[in-house]
Amino acid sequence: MRPNLRILLPVLSLALLLGAVFVIQPRTMSYLGLNLLFNLAVPIALATVAQMIIIMVNDIDLSVGTFVSFVACVTATWLNDAPLIGAAILAASVLAYAGLGALIQARGLPAIVVTLGMSFVWAGLALMILPSPGGASPGWLRWLMTAKPPVAPMAIVASVLIAGLTHLLIMRSSFGTVLRGFGGNERTLARAGWSLIRLRASAYALSAVFGILSGMTLVGLSTAADANIALRYTLLSIAGVILGGGEFTGGRISPVGAVIGALTLALAGSFLSFIRLSPDWQIGAQGIILIIVLAARLLLSVRRRNRDVAA
Amino acid sequence: MIAALFSRAWIWAFVAAGITFAFTAAIGQTAGGTGLLVAALTFSAFSVIVGLGQMFVITLGPGNVDLSIPATMTLAGTVSLKYMGGAAGADVALVGLLVALGIGLGAGIANFALIKLLRIPPIIATLASSFVYLSLAIWSNRGIRIKPPEALSDFAIGRSLGVPNVAWLALVIAVLAWVALNRAAYGRNLSATGQNLRAARLAGVPVDAVRAITYVLCAGLAGLTGFLLSCFSGGAALNMGTEYLLTSIAVVVIGGSSIGGGRSNVPGIWAGALFLFLIVSMLNSYGLGAGVRLLMTGVIIIAIVAAGSRPQRS
Amino acid sequence: MTTGSDAPGAAGPRGNILVALEGARKSFGPVRALDTVDLTVTGGECLALVGHNGAGKSTLVNLINGNLEPSDGAVRYGFADGSTGSGQIARRRAGVRAVHQELSLCPNLTVAENVRISQRDLTGRGWRGRAAQRVMAALDEIFSGHRIQPEAIVGDLTLTERQMVEVAIGFADGAEPARLVILDEPTSSLDGSIAGQLLAHVRRFCAGGGSVIFISHMLGEVFDVATRIAVMKDGRVIADREAGHFTRQSLVSAMGHVASEKAAQRVRPQGDDILSTPEGLKARRGEIVGLAGLAGHGQAEALAAFYLSQTSNWRARAPQAVFVAGDRGRDGIFPLWSILRNATLAALPRLTRRGMVDRDDERTLAEDWREKIGIRTDDIANPILSLSGGNQQKVLFARALATEAPIVVMDDPMRGVDIGTKTQVYEMIRHEADAGRTFLWYSTEIDETCLCDRVFIYRNGAIAAELTGAAITEEQILSNSFEMQGQAA
Repeated sequence: MRPNLRILLPVLSLALLLGAVFVIQPRTMSYLGLNLLFNLAVPIALATVAQMIIIMVNDIDLSVGTFVSFVACVTATWLNDAPLIGAAILAASVLAYAGLGALIQARGLPAIVVTLGMSFVWAGLALMILPSPGGASPGWLRWLMTAKPPVAPMAIVASVLIAGLTHLLIMRSSFGTVLRGFGGNERTLARAGWSLIRLRASAYALSAVFGILSGMTLVGLSTAADANIALRYTLLSIAGVILGGGEFTGGRISPVGAVIGALTLALAGSFLSFIRLSPDWQIGAQGIILIIVLAARLLLSVRRRNRDVAA
Repeated sequence: MIAALFSRAWIWAFVAAGITFAFTAAIGQTAGGTGLLVAALTFSAFSVIVGLGQMFVITLGPGNVDLSIPATMTLAGTVSLKYMGGAAGADVALVGLLVALGIGLGAGIANFALIKLLRIPPIIATLASSFVYLSLAIWSNRGIRIKPPEALSDFAIGRSLGVPNVAWLALVIAVLAWVALNRAAYGRNLSATGQNLRAARLAGVPVDAVRAITYVLCAGLAGLTGFLLSCFSGGAALNMGTEYLLTSIAVVVIGGSSIGGGRSNVPGIWAGALFLFLIVSMLNSYGLGAGVRLLMTGVIIIAIVAAGSRPQRS
Repeated sequence: MTTGSDAPGAAGPRGNILVALEGARKSFGPVRALDTVDLTVTGGECLALVGHNGAGKSTLVNLINGNLEPSDGAVRYGFADGSTGSGQIARRRAGVRAVHQELSLCPNLTVAENVRISQRDLTGRGWRGRAAQRVMAALDEIFSGHRIQPEAIVGDLTLTERQMVEVAIGFADGAEPARLVILDEPTSSLDGSIAGQLLAHVRRFCAGGGSVIFISHMLGEVFDVATRIAVMKDGRVIADREAGHFTRQSLVSAMGHVASEKAAQRVRPQGDDILSTPEGLKARRGEIVGLAGLAGHGQAEALAAFYLSQTSNWRARAPQAVFVAGDRGRDGIFPLWSILRNATLAALPRLTRRGMVDRDDERTLAEDWREKIGIRTDDIANPILSLSGGNQQKVLFARALATEAPIVVMDDPMRGVDIGTKTQVYEMIRHEADAGRTFLWYSTEIDETCLCDRVFIYRNGAIAAELTGAAITEEQILSNSFEMQGQAA
């Protein structure tokens, strides 16, 4: 599918969903309303980008949810009380992620198991920092996330910024291109003399940076933190990448699509509560959405392949 | 013979379990050594049963993990308890068991359908389906806490010959699993598929049938565990399965099964389960909280997986 | 001539040595892929490498482009100023480029972005524009009239266009201009007129001082562009002369061996074909049917397609066809298992009673075949990896033959196996065929193909010729493997 067509799907789904929400709840068609709808989309979007980078190099990160929770705990405690130490902890976690990427490449480890193991490391650390909900958001963070820009609400502005910057970083810059090439054909890069270990480590480190931004923005919005605050981000981030046109292998992803996918999923949450879907099904709905998206994509790709063969 | 014993991979996990046991019993905060042993056997039993299921799936080869085990457990436990309604009678108990197993069967089929028909990677498929099963459990539960029939409850808590009943059950299942893996054609086909799917297909192994059976088996065992755990705990809580995800994978890895597929280790599951429980107890005895436990388990898994691997030529 | 620059001498003064192999050898374990090769390529030459399977062309080329290190001897590169050097940095400085046979672009990136992957100097502002300019300049020069856009995603291009892009990147300007370009079957996905454009460019490039190493099975193309031809056989360069010295016929003769006495010809079985694929592959009961031709021309795919059509993903029944793998690691061996288990896997359905494997029957079967086929081990319960390569291959044969399947499909199983094992297995195959088993045998070695009753020669993905009986000679096989294109003499 040409890139222009790929982006059409997530844009259309977002537009449709937004339209549906406006119809059901006309009051959301306002500055405040939009802000409330998309409020929590920003941390989700950042987590989705983090996941996208890992998916870009043919892995899946099952620890996104717990990592973001861990960052949130650090932000609400250390970063608030002792900023230098907090920053050091966060920097160390980026290094840890880079080390993981290097280890996975060097030893050929299955990323599933490693990231699953790491998810419990982050979960444990988060629990050690904040055994019960608490902490407080650093002032500047709170100020940033509750800012009221003139034309569009903060959530929208931030999302546009994130989409734009990551697009430049991943799709336009030479470094991002090499990383995508790494996901597309590892052998070619090895033959051209690139260090595969360094590439995977860089990808993981970059993902960690976005994970950190996600955790920080989450604290800015919710003003406190707890160890389980972002557990659902793992599935959400995967769904967001796929919804945005990304594929599990081959390095085919779209940053703009991923952000739109994240927005759509955040919106879907609100939509489901507007139509008074039983809260029992809120969790299941996420799983069903992901399955539907994957099924739809399969149908489309099969149709396209048949068309190409026939042509 | 001693040398032969020590050459087995799982012996080290048992050794580790033994050492941990000694440490924990020495602190003496639990009811002496016997009490600890009974507790270890009881709680390990549940880990063993789900661990066996997860081991089957992991043996299928890289990329195969069942993340829906906790949700299947919860759903099976919730629904079977609801059906039994706390009534007495062997037929009631049987129906309850069948319901739990049936849910496991259904979940396994659904998982494999997602994997095969929709071509979703197993991790994603089971992750997504786990959310659906959990919602089903929540929806069917409606917050009422149903108690298990007394007879079943007694069985689950009780002991025979000093050993907890659930441990006996887990032992029997482990033996059956061992037979299936080492003596049955299914076990051969499974190991072949896990080592090299393409070569297995070229050697005539019905790879899709093997995969389907394995996912159904795993979910079925998860259903059984959910049933037992609900009876043991006096009811089905909605978070009853959460820690069993990590546990099921950890016992497989610690027990020495190959994470790349093809090699399964049944005694190792027992060793891993005991070791894991005892580590947790030890940490609890030292007053270290859940955080340290999670951290340690995660580190142990990664360390074992990394240690068992070999450097790749770049 | 390198693209983008007009100075004729940019590729180095004519006659300057670009790469020299000195006593180069390459062995993979016991297999001698390259046996003491001395070869030089100077500026302005187009050297064609010609030879049958296993002659060593790929190995030689991989030594030059750095994919492999020589086991012995040296590979030296020459620079514009006359000095020499070895290693990756020297190779890049010398302007050595390789266009591989299997396409090696990143399908998820655009054409311009793919340039960045191999040309590491493209960083900083405006890198995209420079990358696009380099590849477009090359595309325009080589394939004028093309319609490839630099922002097109490679995965969306046709196979032809992808190959055009690979070739263009090979010749494109870079931090160092291209001086020596290796083209390995570059026209395999290009049609007539586009292939012609490439050949014309090769001639221009060499006329301007650049060099090309050209591997192709299309002899017409070889004579079109080559200034020099090197014939390879059994890991050596057996002839290396100016192109004018050869004719198509003399090339084919040079590639073959001195006629050795043929083994006693089998009597070809009579009767109707018991199998017939839509592509034209046929076999009678008890016949040994060979699939020949140059490697990678569709034989393995034909075999795999046939085998998969005869067996099921879902049911294990008594197999109608069995498969003997040639790429042991990828398709055959189960590394965690013993010899016993590896040998009996395909026969499991008939060794299984009520779901359980009868271990005594299994052991008997395995021991039986260990003796029949001569597997050298003291205990078949040993791990499979304890065996030598040849013996591992024997186990794979035993696995197939131990079943009662009437058709045996073999995917070049004797590649890299020692001669002793080969002889034993050939005997076994004959014996089984006499007893009524049918063999579909893809082999890259002409000697083996000559043992067959009927031979289908594949070229460009389809059957190009069918030989039977006395017509199965090395000369016939060779000449049908290569595309003669033009006068036969």
